Amino acid sequence: MLRYLLNKIALLIPTLVGITICAFAFVRLLPGDPILAMAGEHGVTPARYEELKEQFGYNLPIWEQYARYVGEVATGDFGVSISSKRPVLQEFKTLFPATLELSFFAMIFAMVIGIPAGIFAAVKRGSWFDQSLMGTALVGYSMPIFWWGLLLIIFFSGYLGWTPVSGRMGLQFFLRPITGFMTIDSLLYGKWDAFRSALSHLVLPAIVLGTIPLAVIARQTRSAMLEVLGEDYVRTARAKGLSAARVIGVHALRNALIPVVTTIGLQVGTLLAGAILTETIFAWPGIGKWMVDSIFKRDYVVVQSGLLLIALIVMAVNLIVDVLYAVINPRIRAA
Amino acid sequence: MKKTMTFAAALLAASVLGGMANAKTLVYCSEASPANFDPGTTTGGNDFDASSRTVYSRLVEFKHGGTEIEPGLADKWEISDDGLVYTFHLHPGVKFQTTDYFKPTRDLNADDVVFSFDRQFNKQNPWNGEKYLPNLTWDYYTGMDMPKYVAKWEKVDDLTVKLTLTEPNAPMLANLGMDFASIVSKEYADQLEKDGKMADFSTKPIGTGPFQFVDYQLDSVIRYAANPDYFKGKEKIDDLVFAITPDATARIQKVLAGECDVAPYPNPADIATIKANKDVTLMDQAGLNIGYMSYNTTIPPLDKPEVRHALNQAIDREALIKSLFQDAGATPAQNLIPPTMWSWNKAVKFDSYDPEAAKKVLADAGLKEIQLWASDRVRPYNPNFQRAAELIQADWAKVGVKAEIVNYEWTKYREEGKKKERPGAFQIGWTGDNGDPDNFFATLFACSAIGVSNYSSWCDKDFEDLIQKAKKTSDQGERTKLYEQAQEIFAKQAPAFLLAHSQVYAVVRNNVSGFKMDPLGIHRFDGVDKAE
Repeated sequence: MLRYLLNKIALLIPTLVGITICAFAFVRLLPGDPILAMAGEHGVTPARYEELKEQFGYNLPIWEQYARYVGEVATGDFGVSISSKRPVLQEFKTLFPATLELSFFAMIFAMVIGIPAGIFAAVKRGSWFDQSLMGTALVGYSMPIFWWGLLLIIFFSGYLGWTPVSGRMGLQFFLRPITGFMTIDSLLYGKWDAFRSALSHLVLPAIVLGTIPLAVIARQTRSAMLEVLGEDYVRTARAKGLSAARVIGVHALRNALIPVVTTIGLQVGTLLAGAILTETIFAWPGIGKWMVDSIFKRDYVVVQSGLLLIALIVMAVNLIVDVLYAVINPRIRAA
Repeated sequence: MKKTMTFAAALLAASVLGGMANAKTLVYCSEASPANFDPGTTTGGNDFDASSRTVYSRLVEFKHGGTEIEPGLADKWEISDDGLVYTFHLHPGVKFQTTDYFKPTRDLNADDVVFSFDRQFNKQNPWNGEKYLPNLTWDYYTGMDMPKYVAKWEKVDDLTVKLTLTEPNAPMLANLGMDFASIVSKEYADQLEKDGKMADFSTKPIGTGPFQFVDYQLDSVIRYAANPDYFKGKEKIDDLVFAITPDATARIQKVLAGECDVAPYPNPADIATIKANKDVTLMDQAGLNIGYMSYNTTIPPLDKPEVRHALNQAIDREALIKSLFQDAGATPAQNLIPPTMWSWNKAVKFDSYDPEAAKKVLADAGLKEIQLWASDRVRPYNPNFQRAAELIQADWAKVGVKAEIVNYEWTKYREEGKKKERPGAFQIGWTGDNGDPDNFFATLFACSAIGVSNYSSWCDKDFEDLIQKAKKTSDQGERTKLYEQAQEIFAKQAPAFLLAHSQVYAVVRNNVSGFKMDPLGIHRFDGVDKAE
């Protein structure tokens, strides 16, 4: 097991180097000069331009800028935002809990609905439920997040008035963050109404962000279940006269869940990508919105360090999934 | 005695609780997170709304809802006859805000004023560079040419400050009403420097303005409380909250749902919905802006004014404005400056639509092809450069001129567009900083702005003489005459096609009173009240 783990970690190193190169190169390939972006319509005189270029280190050869960047990152220095002048790592730490909380609830929503729906569709294969579920899943998978989010806001918040439009908690609650997770912090402060407010603010963004993973999980569960339901041991279990619930719930589901766990792990990347749009629509103060703002401001430092930090998280989650997979399915370790 | 004490305590508790229950909170759905809370170091309108217009005050202020200058921290001022020395007399007894992170021991004095400006240019000042914040650029201070015009700031006595200029500069007073000229506390700066917490100066602001900072949850909520010691009297609202909501549709839905009281910049598509709602009011004002298209006046045949006029005449401007601004509306521009600005010349009329006349002139000049520049960015003065380019292209085709549309990303666009050798017609625009005509004429069409923000590379001696003279003249009546003449020359020479001055909007719930639209694009909450 240890060898398996070390192997997996060793594989991450080239990925990591690749990501630093990509993050560094992509922001520089974007058209638009960060100094001119800062100057706005005022423009900047050529002399002042040169002065600023030197101040920000953009006059150095590109490889030297890269070497500097990697050197700093290696020592845990992710730089300071050009626009806010705050350390990138500090901003990331402040904002990440919001993204994590939203992603967590989105995932819960996707699993609680996606897994039972997938099982039911597999058991009733070919029925109208199966057909319509798979059709809906395809729609959910292909729906633009931006449109879906605004549609929900206009209908549920604007027209029906059931849910708040945006934000993380009602503005009447003023809680200084302890953990950064509003649902936890409100409980730590012992404020039930704040907790309810935080939950109600999570409903729409969690649905929007959870829609794609929900579709993927439902489809994956269905196909995994179908495969397992055709296996000999399931037939044997049925032949032994076990109840349908026991056959499906115990014998089939446990085995069908193995690929589903992997799918869920892989959805972490999808969640973080979806968070970029969801957070912007719902004014959710997480890292997705932070990245979008920084791209518009041509804040190189935030974009490249933010990309790297997000990539590190996705890699860490994938590693955990690999390990979990090996725990669930010992054959993987030997392979 | 004991009974009385108990009763008094109960009364006090009741009044405090009662006060809390009745605390008036105004929620403003702002469009973006502020970069920080030090207005000297930032450049965005949203940065200024959150810092300079709430927490800070300046020596002079813009009239609420206008561009006229009125007294601020300075009760009065004198300008020497040669226009070189400005003497400001400070309002006595102005208190800096008392918060849980700073307790001032003295009132505002001349040291604070001198420090507020010194830190922006003096490289020896510890607050000028790295020691305070990394990569400081003081963009507005340099952008408004302050280093060129300011010789020195001096303290005469505690309540008198003297500013000496290197040459006369009439717009200086308007510059001092701008956000970067906010007055900060030297005592607070000294304390933070001593404690080794200089960066806090940009995250925990202390000023003399109507509201004091309470808390900021990054990218989410900013909280302020009314400043009880505000020198113009405590505000009527007790708490001010900025709920940061970047998406325009979500912002408007929040106002309609009563989750916020005021929100700026609705989408043009939402304007009909807003107008139909009886709980909210759509406020609008002609913005202090201009959308235009610069011709490169140095490359033939665009060097001839008659050719530029003909190109202007070939464009159906009314249809163009209607298509671009739709329900939001815009005022067709007659001059470079908007009609709300002093010195606007009402006698000047922009070229009228006359494709027949244009056709002949353009054929004679042999103009068959032209480059027409467009970018991807939505600007207040032009919501869609690409659409505008396509419509102009169609109009020009009708008079026998084939336009090739050139596209670039916004920053690259301006970088390429300002080059002297850039050919053709370049769409651009401007939003005023301080309500002074110089901020339009000199910034956009002075000879010295060629290669910076004079996209027409236009340098006309008569025009230049007039605007330079107006810059050095302090008398506003005299300046008005000079700018009026400058507008006549501009109309005659036609270095650009003038599009429109767009409207700026905000949505306000009907129980809010005292909120005014501001031509400078700022959102102020002093003087605002809210009925329960």
